[in-house]
Amino acid sequence: MSEQIDTNNADTLARFAIRLGDDALILGQRLCEWSSNAPTLEEDLALSNVALDFLGRARMLYGYATQIRGGSEDELAFTRDERQYENLLLVELPRGDFAYTMLRQYLLDAFEDLYFAALTQSTDPTLAAVAAKTVKEVDYHLRRSTDWIRRLGLGTEESHQRLQNATDELWGYVDELFETDTLEQGLIKQNIAVDRADLQTAWCKRVTELLSASNISVPETPWQVSGGRRGLHTEHLGHLLSEMQYMQRAHPGQQW
Amino acid sequence: MVSAVDTYGSDGAAPQVIPLTSPERAQLVQRRNASPCTHLWQRLDQVKDPEIPVLSLWDLGVLQDVIETNDGVTVIITPTYSGCPAMDMMADEIRLCLAAAGVENVTIETRLSPAWTTDWLDQEAKQALRQYGIAPPARTNSAGQQTVICPHCGSHHTTTISEFGSTACKALYRCLACEEPFDYFKPL
Ligand SMILES: [Zn+2]
Repeated sequence: MSEQIDTNNADTLARFAIRLGDDALILGQRLCEWSSNAPTLEEDLALSNVALDFLGRARMLYGYATQIRGGSEDELAFTRDERQYENLLLVELPRGDFAYTMLRQYLLDAFEDLYFAALTQSTDPTLAAVAAKTVKEVDYHLRRSTDWIRRLGLGTEESHQRLQNATDELWGYVDELFETDTLEQGLIKQNIAVDRADLQTAWCKRVTELLSASNISVPETPWQVSGGRRGLHTEHLGHLLSEMQYMQRAHPGQQW
Repeated sequence: MVSAVDTYGSDGAAPQVIPLTSPERAQLVQRRNASPCTHLWQRLDQVKDPEIPVLSLWDLGVLQDVIETNDGVTVIITPTYSGCPAMDMMADEIRLCLAAAGVENVTIETRLSPAWTTDWLDQEAKQALRQYGIAPPARTNSAGQQTVICPHCGSHHTTTISEFGSTACKALYRCLACEEPFDYFKPL
C-alpha cells in the first residue's frame, strides 16, 4: 500500500497510525496493572483480556507504521521518550480505583464505538481494516463498561460516591477526544482520518444519558486540558514508561 | 445453501432449521477446493488452536489461504482477536508442520480484511466445541438477544457470569438447570 502514498503524506500517515497505536498501548498498559489486583477473579480476567485487545490493536497500528517508514514495533514501544508519545492524556492517568478505571473505560469505549465505525470508511485500506477489526471488539468492551457504570452508579452509597468522584476528576480530560490538529486535518481532507469534532454531540448525548440514568451528575468543569498530541503529558506518563520500557532500556534488543 | 435440522437439545421447543454452511464459510471452502496445493492444506489440518485443541486452524477460519510458488509457500492467516496471544504460536506451528513435510521457505502473512468472524465456524466445528464443553456462538435474534445453550445438559436456562472467560474469545456462563459453569465462545 505504501507505494500509493507520496513521501510527504507517508510520514503523516505513519505518525497518525503511531498516535492511534499510542492511545491503545498506554491504555493497555494501565489495564494490565489490574492483573492480580482486580476486585474479583472474573474482573481480573476481563480487565486482562480487554488489555490484550488494546495491545493487539497497538501492534497492528505500529506494524502498519513500520511498513510505511521502517523500524520495528519494539522500537516504537520501548525506545521513545515521553515527549515522543502522542497519546491522549485520558489514557495515561493512573488507574485509580475500580470505579475510576471503569469510568475511563466507558468514556473511551463510547468514543471508540463512534470513531472506529467511522474509520471503517477510511480511504486507506489498512486503517479501514484495523477499524473493522476494532469495531467488533469495542462492541463487547462497551457492553461491559456500560453495565458497570449502571451497577456502580445504582449500587451502594460507596460505589455511587466513587463513581461520582471519578466523573468529577475525569471530565476535564474528555474535550481532547474531539480535538484535531493540522496533522489530522490534512488526513481528514483526504478522507483517511475521521473528524473527531463531528462525533461530539452524539457522544455527549449517549454518555450524559447513561450517567444520569445511573444517578451521576455530569460536572460543569471549568477546566479542560489537552496536549497529548503535542507530546505534552501529565507527570504520570514518564513513570508508566519507565516501568514498561525498563527491560529494553537495560538490555536493548533483548528477546525471550 | 444446505439446510439441516438442528436436533441438539432444546428443552422441548420446536427444532430450529438453521443453515449448515454460512456464506462466509462457503467462500473459504471454495478457495480451498480451487487451490492447486491440496496436499499442503491437508497437512495443515494437523495444526490445532493451542487453546482449543479440538479445532484446527482451518476449522476456526484462521487459515485463509495457502499459496505455493517457486520460491516457497505463503500461508495467510487472520487473527481471531487483535490481542490473541496464540497467534505467534500458531505461526510457529505452521512452520513446524510444513518443515516436517519438507517445505522450507515458508512465509506467514497476516491478513486483517475481512475481519475474522465466528460465521467461519461450520457445524462440525460447533459440535466439536460442544463436546469439548464450550458452548458455540449463538445466533442473535431480532431483539439482540442470544440463547446460550448449556454444552453439558442442553438447557436454554443459562446466565452470564462474566463477559470474559479463560480467553478473550470466550465468556463465562452458568447453567441454571445443571448448575455447571461453562465457557461460551462469543459471536464476533
Ligand atoms: Zn446444564
